[in-house]
Amino acid sequence: MITRKVRKWEKLPGKNTFCCDGRVMMARQKGIFYLTLFLIIGTCSLFFAFECPYLAVHLSPAIPVFAVLLFLFVMAMLLRTSFSDPGVLPRALPEEANFIEMEIEAANGNVPSGQRAPPRIRNVQINNQIVKLKYCYTCKIFRPPRASHCSICDNCVDRFDHHCPWVGNCVGKRNYRYFYLFTLTLSLLTIYIFAFNIVHVVMRSVDQGFLNTLKETPGELTVLEVLVCFFTLWSMVGLTGFHTYLISLNQTTNEDIKGSWSGKNRGQNPYSHKNIIKNCCEVLCGPTYPSVLDRRGLMQEDSPAAANSEGPCSFDNPVAQTTKTTAPLIPNEHTPDDVKLSIAAEKSSGPKDDQPPAAMLPPLASPETDAETSI
Amino acid sequence: MATEFHNLQDMQHTASLVTKVFIQRDYSEGTVCRFQTKFPAELDNRIERALLEQTVKTLNSYYVEAEKVGGQSYLEGCLACATAYIVFLCMETRYEKVLKKISGYIQEQNEKIYAPRGLLLTDPIERGMRVLEISVFEDRGSSGSSPSSSMSSCSTAR
Repeated sequence: MITRKVRKWEKLPGKNTFCCDGRVMMARQKGIFYLTLFLIIGTCSLFFAFECPYLAVHLSPAIPVFAVLLFLFVMAMLLRTSFSDPGVLPRALPEEANFIEMEIEAANGNVPSGQRAPPRIRNVQINNQIVKLKYCYTCKIFRPPRASHCSICDNCVDRFDHHCPWVGNCVGKRNYRYFYLFTLTLSLLTIYIFAFNIVHVVMRSVDQGFLNTLKETPGELTVLEVLVCFFTLWSMVGLTGFHTYLISLNQTTNEDIKGSWSGKNRGQNPYSHKNIIKNCCEVLCGPTYPSVLDRRGLMQEDSPAAANSEGPCSFDNPVAQTTKTTAPLIPNEHTPDDVKLSIAAEKSSGPKDDQPPAAMLPPLASPETDAETSI
Repeated sequence: MATEFHNLQDMQHTASLVTKVFIQRDYSEGTVCRFQTKFPAELDNRIERALLEQTVKTLNSYYVEAEKVGGQSYLEGCLACATAYIVFLCMETRYEKVLKKISGYIQEQNEKIYAPRGLLLTDPIERGMRVLEISVFEDRGSSGSSPSSSMSSCSTAR
């Protein structure tokens, strides 16, 4: 028997990439994140190299100092948003998944063959509002309120806001405040650089004329920076304003897009405290939730050949079974023999499996839809 | 139905798992972490209702303490923001402190109350804070010779 200790992140299902031995967690596609880094670092480097010396001498040395502090804060917020666990909910282990399946079957009773099974929904009452909890076929759980399944990362995320390609990660409960601070401070940084570039051009033009300023080296780069800042500014200020609006109402982008608490449901958001200050405080100054994914914990891993011969005790750590939960009732080469027998016994009595419901149900109710919400 | 488990290790090594009971989250007060105090029928003859209820209520009060939005959480949030959240690399947050307390509490409850009855609580954080898992082990006092349960999966608590 060959067992080796592995970190739990190596066995986590879902489409995330991990770095630094599980300390860093991101989505798979990171191209746009690198672009974000390049734009921010590139523009700021040009500003520090070409405009700051002139401004420090002719105006005040405080200008570059403040720019450096702002830049460092922006980078810290960006990296914090990108690298942290957004609030991923781990998938149900087989026993929990079976327990839920049995509860669902008990609730639905006997569905005659050929008829579609009713959708798996649980109703809960939150602050006098009925909220529907949907069942996630991938994670095998009833999603908590405000959680949603991100199809890009293939995880259920708590208080799912949206998947942001610019930061290369989902934005959820754990990193929403960092994301908001990133957009806010990046807006400020963009406005700051934009304004002082204009000041720089104006001051140089006063000295040597506008056209001469543009022809010389610092002038061209200033124009480039102004252009980058101009386009960034509108999108960032708009995005910050949008998220400020969402925070004041205690809504997520997902809920806003789906129109959960607007239109005829306006004013019925059960999560809102009906007070802007309280809503802002809860989102921005609330407790810092810990990650429930134990990424750096150690676990035993058995080689597949050993798993079949060892029998039941080969899966000696429940987390090892998370990789199997996408199809718990379908035996594969890793399933121990006696579990295969029990599955075969279950199958002969005609239980539901993952694949048939997906085929039977119409597309709207299919398991994998993009960013389903709990409403 | 006296059981003969002397301690947690004894139970884990010698007993076989019969089933697992899951106490679900109670969302009636929002997204705050709270578990249902409804007593599961499967544990009817294994443990007294009052004891389990007391455990769940204490756990719920710990989570309320951890997630309280008040003076201390504002202070922590503002201080952390002012330092660009670098302070979290060296400081333990209030939530993490409470989680440690919870872990100690569950360990203590397992040793004192649940293991002698052939049960084992699993810390909810290990199940994504979704369920409170109670493993039900075979009742050696009442069953026959060899452990022969239909669920042949083995499980460790930690």
